[in-house]
Amino acid sequence: MTNLKNFTRGIIKENPVFVLLLGMCPVLGVTTTAINGIGMGLATMFVLTMSNFVISAVKRLIPAKVRIPCFIVVIASFVTLVDMVMAAYMPALHEQLGLFIPLIVVNCVILGRAEAFASKNGVFASILDGIGMGLGFTLALALLGSTREILGSGSLFDIKFVAENASTFLIFVMPPGAFIALAYLIAIFNKVRSNA
Amino acid sequence: MEYFLIIISAVFVNNIILSQFLGICPFLGVSNKVSTSAGMGGAVLFVMTLAAIVTNLLYTFVLVPYDIVFMKTIVFILVIASLVQLVEIILKKVAPPLYQALGIFLPLITTNCAVLGVALLITQKDFSLLEAVIFAAANAAGFTLAIVLFAGLRERLELVDIPNGMKGVPVLLVTAGLLSLAFMGFAGIVK
Repeated sequence: MTNLKNFTRGIIKENPVFVLLLGMCPVLGVTTTAINGIGMGLATMFVLTMSNFVISAVKRLIPAKVRIPCFIVVIASFVTLVDMVMAAYMPALHEQLGLFIPLIVVNCVILGRAEAFASKNGVFASILDGIGMGLGFTLALALLGSTREILGSGSLFDIKFVAENASTFLIFVMPPGAFIALAYLIAIFNKVRSNA
Repeated sequence: MEYFLIIISAVFVNNIILSQFLGICPFLGVSNKVSTSAGMGGAVLFVMTLAAIVTNLLYTFVLVPYDIVFMKTIVFILVIASLVQLVEIILKKVAPPLYQALGIFLPLITTNCAVLGVALLITQKDFSLLEAVIFAAANAAGFTLAIVLFAGLRERLELVDIPNGMKGVPVLLVTAGLLSLAFMGFAGIVK
């Protein structure tokens, strides 16, 4: 039961984007299309799960005073790994996400979970927490990415469903659209949550 | 002229918050009041410029010659984290009034992605040391400009009657969106 709770907590009740408002930079920065959003979400989920796993496994060896730098080194190593693998096997997506891949290091979701969960709980629970939070983050990015892609370029997953030169709400693929689309998604999410 | 272009481009056209989406956390987190956001801007200016100098020197004289460029993310974040600690200790000893003003913001800067972002952008753009310093300071100025303007808008928002569903974060994001829209007017000034 608690395992299930650890897993599902990140998806709706404590969704890192819509509820906790953590890691907003990549959320706004890369979600011009659904694919980019999902790619970024999965990369973050991998780093989050692996860092939760390693930190919960070695938590007894880390002195309390220097724990934050230790966490950052663990996180940064996995980010470097993701960066190199993506550059080798998914060069197009890597090019699109650009600067935001190395910046996963300073994504507060990851350091936040390391500090608040992995450093206090067992290995298995921490992995579940990492996957759950990562899924919640990926879902949020996918939702925002789809919204912006549908409204801004009239397509979804690169499949166009409007005429070639039809006019779309171009503003949604530009920076201001990111803020405005997220604002309304959060408003809707709050409404749904307060009814549930 | 070249330096002037770097400054205009970093402050207005490619504003670090409103068009590059770096440093959103402090932008939403510490922008309740104009005075606190100005303090945060000052701390960012200080750390970002210092970090740009140190990381740029390390990159040119250590990482590139030894062919370990792939380590840059790890090295840069450690440099920034220790630099923040160091600045905090030195300020406390040497300039207590400045420490009083910036103190509470300094620890927050380690996880400000704008600082790491600017350090990484500099390596991508192949800037010289002087260009790197100007670029970093201009980006910090852009950060300060955006966050102070936003704090001013937020102070006004407190007096406004907001529909229930939009209270809290959503209305802040819409405000940020409108501010970003305003900054889009600068697009095209620099190629």
